[in-house]
Amino acid sequence: MSKIHVTTTVNGDTVEFLADPRETLLDCLRDKLGLTGSKEGCGTGDCGACSVTVDGVLVSSCLVLGVEAQGKSVTTIEGMDKDGELHPLQRHFVEKAALQCGFCTPGFLVAAKALLDKNPDPTETEVRYWLAGNLCRCTGYDKIVRAVMDAAAEMRG
Amino acid sequence: MRYHTPATFADAATIAASAQGVTRFLAGGTDVLVQLRAGSVLPDDLIDLKHIPEVHSITRTADGGWRIGVAVSGASLGANKDLVADWPGVVEGMELVGSTQVQGRATLTGNLCNGSPAADSVPGLIAAGATVTVTGPSGTRDVAVQDIPKGPGKTNLKAGEVISALTLPARGKNAGDAYLRFIPRTEMDIAVVGVAVSLRLDGDKVAEARVALGAVAPTVLLSDACAKAIVGTTLDAKALDALGAAASGECNPISDKRGTKEFRIEVAGVLARRAAKIAYDRAKGAKA
Repeated sequence: MSKIHVTTTVNGDTVEFLADPRETLLDCLRDKLGLTGSKEGCGTGDCGACSVTVDGVLVSSCLVLGVEAQGKSVTTIEGMDKDGELHPLQRHFVEKAALQCGFCTPGFLVAAKALLDKNPDPTETEVRYWLAGNLCRCTGYDKIVRAVMDAAAEMRG
Repeated sequence: MRYHTPATFADAATIAASAQGVTRFLAGGTDVLVQLRAGSVLPDDLIDLKHIPEVHSITRTADGGWRIGVAVSGASLGANKDLVADWPGVVEGMELVGSTQVQGRATLTGNLCNGSPAADSVPGLIAAGATVTVTGPSGTRDVAVQDIPKGPGKTNLKAGEVISALTLPARGKNAGDAYLRFIPRTEMDIAVVGVAVSLRLDGDKVAEARVALGAVAPTVLLSDACAKAIVGTTLDAKALDALGAAASGECNPISDKRGTKEFRIEVAGVLARRAAKIAYDRAKGAKA
């Protein structure tokens, strides 16, 4: 099985890795690049814990092959803060206790940021539908939705 | 597994035709990768179609229809306002597939080729009269969407054949379409029943109609009986009752964890009536 050389951009940095074509982008991010913020919950695109963006589009990185990232621009949870300063979404998640075990949190944050990049003023219903593919077994979702709404309000100024 | 990135559909077909083992084409990957990781389908050759230039584009055809590339995602489809205005039923079917994350990758053509009788985008395409272009080792041919599914997980495509484009006809005037599905929750589920209706009006009367039923038989059905029940009517109560009865009569469903046979037969009639009313209102100018 020959591996394929992949050059891609992750959180603004050019990176290279060798991927078996069966390996997912999630495996490559975690095991080759050490970016373990993206989690594998289900591995079948149902839970959203592995959410990243590829060329600005929100996807489940468990449903993308590492070799498909060639020439693309990937952003992960590791690219969300600015030099250690939390993104408003991250801060509101902490302040509103929108997480308990934290396993789903990176996926929720990446997905929520993708929503606010597209729609800075979503309704609660829009937030709930957008995040329907991010599963959380701890919080019951209400605190997550409130944190997203409050972060959106703060970011609109 | 060998990973191929052909630059043309002819090359993709050639690779597939000469492959010895299991072959899969990769577009959005939302079914192929799940099967690969579950070990249910382990391709020897995986042919990624996304390096073929035209696969990402949505273009108007010369006659006013639409040509949709095989890697156009649900998210891209929904972002095309002119397409949504022409074929809201087709787009709303696709947008019901999976989550926001899945929408970023999943494609109409992939949903069709996965061969699920419950595929949410397929009834809308069949009701619309959509066709696909099939490229094989000996050239291309156009096939109606309803002739692609063969049974659960199976299509009528031959070895070495690949769908290279999907075409929606021109919408024309006084026409509308709609898709409704039943699931026991509001989001993130697979259709228990799905019904698509596309119709054209002449004044207040239905002049043409196509009705497709999903998840009630081994393949998505195009129902002539349903169309006959409403053509020539103003979609009054009597016509809607006839449509509901025709839709229920077409069903040949299984009972499974999502719903019993009896439930599916009942719900198909209910959804057919409701979808026809939405399509009728849209033909009268209601916005999706």
